[in-house]
Amino acid sequence: MQLEHMIYMDHAATTPTDERVADAMEPWVREQYGNPSTLYTIGGHAARAIEEARATIADFLGAHPEEIFFTSGGTESDNWALKGAADAHRKRGRHLITTTIEHHAVIDTMEFLEKRDYEVTRVPVDSRGIVDPEDIRKALREDTILVSVMHANNEVGSIQPIAEISELIKDSGALFHTDAVQSVGKIPVDVDQLGVNLLSLSGHKIYGPKGVGALFIRKRTRITPLLHGGGQERRRRAGTQNVPGIIGVAKAIELAAETRDGEAERERALVARMWMGLQERIPDMALNGPEDPSLRLPGMINFRVEGIEGEAMILCLDMNRVGVSSGSACTTGSLDPSHVLLAMGIPAELAHGSLRISLGRDNTETDVDYFVDVFAPVVKRLRDMSPVYDK
Amino acid sequence: MYTEKVMDHFRNPRNMGVIEDADGVGEVGNPTCGDMMRITIKVKDDRVDDVKFQTLGCGAAVATSSIVTEMAKGKTLDEAMDITNKSVAEELGGLPANKMHCSNLAADGLQEAIKDYRSKQGGGEG
Repeated sequence: MQLEHMIYMDHAATTPTDERVADAMEPWVREQYGNPSTLYTIGGHAARAIEEARATIADFLGAHPEEIFFTSGGTESDNWALKGAADAHRKRGRHLITTTIEHHAVIDTMEFLEKRDYEVTRVPVDSRGIVDPEDIRKALREDTILVSVMHANNEVGSIQPIAEISELIKDSGALFHTDAVQSVGKIPVDVDQLGVNLLSLSGHKIYGPKGVGALFIRKRTRITPLLHGGGQERRRRAGTQNVPGIIGVAKAIELAAETRDGEAERERALVARMWMGLQERIPDMALNGPEDPSLRLPGMINFRVEGIEGEAMILCLDMNRVGVSSGSACTTGSLDPSHVLLAMGIPAELAHGSLRISLGRDNTETDVDYFVDVFAPVVKRLRDMSPVYDK
Repeated sequence: MYTEKVMDHFRNPRNMGVIEDADGVGEVGNPTCGDMMRITIKVKDDRVDDVKFQTLGCGAAVATSSIVTEMAKGKTLDEAMDITNKSVAEELGGLPANKMHCSNLAADGLQEAIKDYRSKQGGGEG
């Protein structure tokens, strides 16, 4: 293992667990094994710790503690929000609205619902990867029961106008869900300011543990449970709570609350430095996503490199001990180019040649400069090999 | 996800480049799919005297192109025509299932180059 020498630049995939998070979790993995639903002392300890964690997260999101429900992560939160809302409101209507750039946890759940006689409208985005709130409003129908629009995109980092959409649809009677897995901890996320009924978040994107997340469910929002069984989480999400995970995600949120704004500014500067360096060294490349950094997640940049392919870039960078992801989903088992880049109107051959860099707390200027230094020769090498790049 | 042999060919591709005065050129795939290969061959005494490749594509695409040049060099044209995408994948110790189709085109590229050569000779199976 050469992890200590690796330069990790794929924080949108997952983040290293913060030492302070791991320390906070440890007692709950070891001696504090009590089941929070039991009546004796160690069960009570766990129950209290969970309620403290719930309050920490609620406070960070501007929510009430009783509006936070712990789940197994972003995917479960998205599944629960969509399936739960669709089921609870099916008598009022069967129409759902979403966008063309959602995470697969939303895309695939929408497809699942479509097969069960719900109708789905997918609103397109512009070339920056941003949806027009007016287009969402136009898609509304009498029988629309749910609108789901992600807060920030996981591939290009484009931030969606959630508050504006909420303003336009608030009188329609449709519930509004946002997948905030990528935005929580990186940019301000306040459930009242965003005006959403449902919001998904995940632990491992914010230096917390994997396998734990939460769904914010605004008071008086009806959604059917996804998991049935014991009476945990106020009878809405059955299953003994993941106590260490919940303690971990709360600690991660607490740390994010302390550092978010300063860290965002630092990461924006690093991304700007990297992009300038790359543009100086490499011809025929372009940004995917909004040019305006304030419309992008602070640490994220996605770009396309003419004449070469994403997976080959990733393998070459890995040979140089840099870990990044491709805009193309090649490595995840699908050979289709990214649905997000295609939705933005980027041609398939350029979508295949795209790379996503997502910086995090552990990255420095030295890392960014190293990346530029190793990436320029990688591009040259792959272009020399390419039959379609002759410049 | 790749075998060590695939990674070796990706890191150190054999016979990368173009033969300028090639006797046969084969092109397969297209950039929209993310994979494209160009194989150029030089033929002498009905044998593959020299062969080079250019590839746009993923690790599997590069490795299959590289190894097919090694497999073909020195073979008679008939022997080289018998190299299949399957035997290329086997020579590499296997490829991930999802790479077997899109990225495993190198033998097709070689066959196209040989057909191109034969058609220029005004006969054969071109």
